[in-house]
Amino acid sequence: MSTVQFKVFRGDKSGGALQEYPVEAQEGMVVLDAIHQIQAKHAPDLACRWNCKAGKCGSCGAEVNGKPKLMCMTRLDELDISQPVTVRPMRTFPVIRDLATDVSWNYEVNKRITPFSPPPNTDWRMQQEDVDRVQEFRKCIECFLCQNVCHVLREHDEKTGFIGPRFLVRVASLEMHPLDTANRLPMLKDAGGIGYCNITKCCTEVCPEEIHITDNAIIPLKERVVDEYYDPILAFFRRLFGTKKRPVSGAGGQAADD
Amino acid sequence: MNGKPETLAVGQLTERKDAWWLEPLLTVVVLVSFGIYALYVALVNRNYEWGPYLSPFYSPYIQASWWPFSPAFLVLWVPLGFRATCYYYRKAYYRAFFWDPPACAVSELRKSYSGERKFPFVLNNLHRFFWYLSVIVVAFLAYDAIKAFFWQDGFHVGVGTLVMVANVVLLGYYTFSCHAFRHLAGGCMDCMSQNKTRYGLWKWISHQNERHALWAWVSMFGVALTDVYIRLVATGHLTDLRIF
Ligand code: SF4
Ligand code: SF4
Ligand code: FES
Repeated sequence: MSTVQFKVFRGDKSGGALQEYPVEAQEGMVVLDAIHQIQAKHAPDLACRWNCKAGKCGSCGAEVNGKPKLMCMTRLDELDISQPVTVRPMRTFPVIRDLATDVSWNYEVNKRITPFSPPPNTDWRMQQEDVDRVQEFRKCIECFLCQNVCHVLREHDEKTGFIGPRFLVRVASLEMHPLDTANRLPMLKDAGGIGYCNITKCCTEVCPEEIHITDNAIIPLKERVVDEYYDPILAFFRRLFGTKKRPVSGAGGQAADD
Repeated sequence: MNGKPETLAVGQLTERKDAWWLEPLLTVVVLVSFGIYALYVALVNRNYEWGPYLSPFYSPYIQASWWPFSPAFLVLWVPLGFRATCYYYRKAYYRAFFWDPPACAVSELRKSYSGERKFPFVLNNLHRFFWYLSVIVVAFLAYDAIKAFFWQDGFHVGVGTLVMVANVVLLGYYTFSCHAFRHLAGGCMDCMSQNKTRYGLWKWISHQNERHALWAWVSMFGVALTDVYIRLVATGHLTDLRIF
């Protein structure tokens, strides 16, 4: 059993600093275990969020040695423990205290997305190949690590004009749904700010659910936006054959809050 | 402070301890080297063919009396435009050249950023048009590769023939694993079961698309090495081995 030094951010929105704590490392230990040990032995008032300790509730996101991670899924044997291990709160969101951040902005963004809008009298039978694609997006545990790492939010603080990768994933799951009738492309292009994303793939790199955020959600959505707004040849044919763009809002039916 | 934790000391870009700078550095080195080589090949305007072999930098070979420069320039803008607007290369150059960001969770140098919403990067939305043109160029390269079997004295296979075939196969994988093609083939549909052919094609492209970055690099090296081979044979530095 060896002792590992941990440097943990202690503070709140008015400021704070790293504080050093020794942790007795055990086999199979994860960073969240270390934080719990610090709480038990040295700092009972150290604030952190967690719930499942199984990578499924999405609460324990933090920055371990500068990398956005779920603390419960980051084993000490993946880290260089000969050096102190740094644990900080997610940088993109306001700190409440210590490792707990206020992620409520995300819930506000979510409300801006037109919910699932099936047509009236929907026949709910679907083919597996029609839903395969969107099932990947349903794996999201809303840990917001992708929102945290995305440079548009993290570096440029663009929280009014850009909804972030998590919500681009949600829009993709609705837009590609075989039974959805709403058109979210105008929102994506303008208020959703998909053009801010420069597909640098950090969201995909950090996603603990290994959702191919850029390849399977964002890029296909960008292509749909191109169809609608940037393809003069498609626009020409649309005018020639009088085919209308997709309807702007849902065709009715009850909108499930999905 | 807007409630965001101040994590970095002045001048510190990240708390990451790994070699995050290696990937952007390699990208810059490789892309700049390739760019210089391509420019050199286009400018010298000689030693690009030998026997039935033709360098991919000069294919399709367009002889135009009104064009005073190297014919390579009449073609090269197509693959250049295709790669410059490719979703994979965009990631690579935004990270390596513009530091937007250089690596994940590493700070940027510029404060202003408009992504792909404004000129010039909004033009990346035209990627599919470069794809259409690239398919034509790949078709010409396939024709060149077939021609490389037919010598003045009949049907033969030289090492150069195999090099040209390998080059077009790699370019084919790169071109047909493209995200824009994936979208046009089937990704634009919501109901895959309505068109099984397009669904099948979309699934095949999706599978290849997972390695799009690999094909992007390998096919780029393929083009350069094919030219190097033909150039060395044409200048007499290398003897083309005839396999049969
Ligand atoms: S790929 Fe786009 S959404 Fe994902 S982190 Fe990069 S800029 Fe943000
Ligand atoms: S997409 Fe991945 S990283 Fe983003 S919130 Fe969902 S699970 Fe977390
Ligand atoms: S504690 Fe639930 S994801 Fe980490």
